[in-house]
Amino acid sequence: MSSFWSWWIIILTVANILGCFWLIWWTMQRQSGEAVQGDVTGHVWDDDLQEYNNPLPRWWLWLFYITLVFGAVYLALYPGLGNFPGLLNWSSQDSQYKAEMAKAEKKYGPIFAQYAAVAITDLASQAEYQEARAMGKRLFLTYCTQCHGADAGGTRGFPNLTDDDWLWGGTPEQIKASIAAGRRGVMPAHAHLGAEQIDEVANYVLQLSGRDADTRKAMAGKQIFLSVGCAGCHGMDGTGNQLLGAPNLTDKTWLYGGSLGIIKQTIGQGRNGVMPPHGDLLGPEKVHLLAAYVMSLSQQ
Amino acid sequence: MPNRPVRRVALHGRSNFFWETQLERQTTYDYKVVRQFAIITVFWGIAGMLVGVIIAAQLAFPTLFEGIPWLSYGRLRPLHTNAVIFAFGGSALFATSYYVVQRTTQARLFGGPLAAFTFWGWTLAMLLAAITLPHGITSGKEYAELEWPIDLLIAAVWVAYAIVFFGTIAKRRVKHIYVANWFFGAFILTVAVLHIVNSAFVPVSLTKGYSFYPGAIDAMVQWWYGHNAVGFFLTTAFLGMMYYFVPKQAERPIYSYRLSIVHFWALISTYMWAGPHHLHYTALPDWAQSVGMIFSLILLAPSWGGMINGIMTLSGAWHKLRTDPVLKFLIVSLSFYGMSTFEGPMMSIKTVNALSHYTDWTIGHVHSGALGWVAMISIGSLYYLIPRLFGKVHMHSMKLVELHFWIATLGVVLYIAAMWVAGVTQGLMWRAVNADGTLTYSFIESVESTYPFYYVRLLGGAMFLAGMLLMAYNTWRTVAEGRSADADDAIPASATR
Repeated sequence: MSSFWSWWIIILTVANILGCFWLIWWTMQRQSGEAVQGDVTGHVWDDDLQEYNNPLPRWWLWLFYITLVFGAVYLALYPGLGNFPGLLNWSSQDSQYKAEMAKAEKKYGPIFAQYAAVAITDLASQAEYQEARAMGKRLFLTYCTQCHGADAGGTRGFPNLTDDDWLWGGTPEQIKASIAAGRRGVMPAHAHLGAEQIDEVANYVLQLSGRDADTRKAMAGKQIFLSVGCAGCHGMDGTGNQLLGAPNLTDKTWLYGGSLGIIKQTIGQGRNGVMPPHGDLLGPEKVHLLAAYVMSLSQQ
Repeated sequence: MPNRPVRRVALHGRSNFFWETQLERQTTYDYKVVRQFAIITVFWGIAGMLVGVIIAAQLAFPTLFEGIPWLSYGRLRPLHTNAVIFAFGGSALFATSYYVVQRTTQARLFGGPLAAFTFWGWTLAMLLAAITLPHGITSGKEYAELEWPIDLLIAAVWVAYAIVFFGTIAKRRVKHIYVANWFFGAFILTVAVLHIVNSAFVPVSLTKGYSFYPGAIDAMVQWWYGHNAVGFFLTTAFLGMMYYFVPKQAERPIYSYRLSIVHFWALISTYMWAGPHHLHYTALPDWAQSVGMIFSLILLAPSWGGMINGIMTLSGAWHKLRTDPVLKFLIVSLSFYGMSTFEGPMMSIKTVNALSHYTDWTIGHVHSGALGWVAMISIGSLYYLIPRLFGKVHMHSMKLVELHFWIATLGVVLYIAAMWVAGVTQGLMWRAVNADGTLTYSFIESVESTYPFYYVRLLGGAMFLAGMLLMAYNTWRTVAEGRSADADDAIPASATR
């Protein structure tokens, strides 16, 4: 901040603290003509409202002094007086946060590092790595449940991780990449097709997964599917493409819901699924364990 | 001389109606607006606390009213806070400040119809709040949720309030300004500044405006407002109430004039800084957090000054506490005040805040202040005020007042004890880690462990509401028995010292 605002803060803060001391001193002075201590002041309001001329309670005064002195000392040690960083050079980001993170890394880092060299497939399946999977589960409960659920069963828009159906691939490397770098599952909006054509494509999509659909519409929808670009991502046969995260439309798994209405909404308005990247936040060792845990879920 | 029968200006005959009214205007206090505000305070208390009980029930039973948007928690919660703080608390402050400023200045309210405007304007604003908030029309700023057209109405009412109050002070017939009026005056001036600055908006439609301030600055302005709403609306103003009704009911002089000077000026100057403690460990710069924390700590002694002055006023008259339920309300409210103004500075310390923030401990703290202090001092003051406004000395039933006291006190204790335990439990669960540094509990586990305390809190809140219903019945009977519209007290002919 500019030195003007820095001094503005310093002057107001210091003036208020000193002002409290002055206020106490000034109020303790005897005024000429005031009543005897312990007697009423002589003013009367509304028939009987009066005030005693009692001194400030000693213990209360000490309490006041202590908090004022504490405040002054705190402002000398910690940031508070404008740009003055404080004698301890403390800051919430550069010293406290970093120190706590370094301490935690030192304490917990080795616990995770011990599994870094073990293959994910082994961690996910072998009995001797049960503790590794338990650690992966605890990481999952901390960082992943908000979207994927405590049981990893997912919810609308957030994939179920316990089945064997993978949007972006289920190999150890692919799972690790999904966690570390994140994913963006973008289905572009196709509102320009108009309601009738969207309805026809949606019927075709229903038919793809073997469900009841209007055959005439589905036939027209197939032509649209092949001509307007659906097949570009979802494939000519609608089985999807893991490189693009384009879902397989022939199975029973629906990320956003499989009713005719929802499918029409998906086609018309598009979808924008985001898995945020966690590599920088967690570091490679934790991502490794998480990938193993996620992999173990679909192997049960 | 307290508890004397009401002196009435006796004027008879219809022939000289105009002069009678003129004479009456000059020789009596204006009680009409006081009566209106006093009665509607009881109504708003029941309405606001009922909404509070409903949202407490929604936390205990989350599927309650599922699928009805205007009864959802997110819309009813701001309705609850607005109704209890501004409708109930605000009306209580209008009633008592208008009464106190007249009686202690020996002057009729200044500004003629302006006082009536404040009643109808304020009541309209509160009704608009009750309509807009359940419809989801909100600015999203805590304790300042009302959209800009209502904000403008509130600003107009507040300016009128200031004119009436300070105009009455200006034409006072008593030389010295009584301490209660310092507090009411500071409250009126400061709330005007807070409301106008924090409600600065860019309107985009009749029901939507966007804050004038960006990002972290908006957060800082919001909590500068938010904490001073606590400081000036819920503390300073109710101390004004305390400084009149406690010595009146106890029939004892205020303990220390000197203490009232120091704690008044220290309170209003340090409160201004305390807001940043709501934003510890956020994007707010460190310096602002530090300044907010140390002034919150310095606030402890000035806050306690009011408690000492209130409770020590009873020295020499402690026995009255055994028999007088009105005094019980007033003194117990001061005890809750002392407790929550100790708790507040402690919670503003960064290390304590790291545990308490975002937990139900905060809710417990707020309610030990809001129910224990604000509501109970208001209820006690109204039990003094209402009979006197209707030509009586006591409420219809003092037994019911006694019952109200006990049910309300037990309700508050259940409420805040439940929230303390719940809050500390949540704080400890959120920071608990396993041997590998991962979190021991998921968030939902902390919610699950809170359920027993949600039931206890619901019970405590329902008890407090039940007490308000007793008060409504008692008020209705008192009004029905009393002389109503023309029971205005005469202003003493000669000014006192």
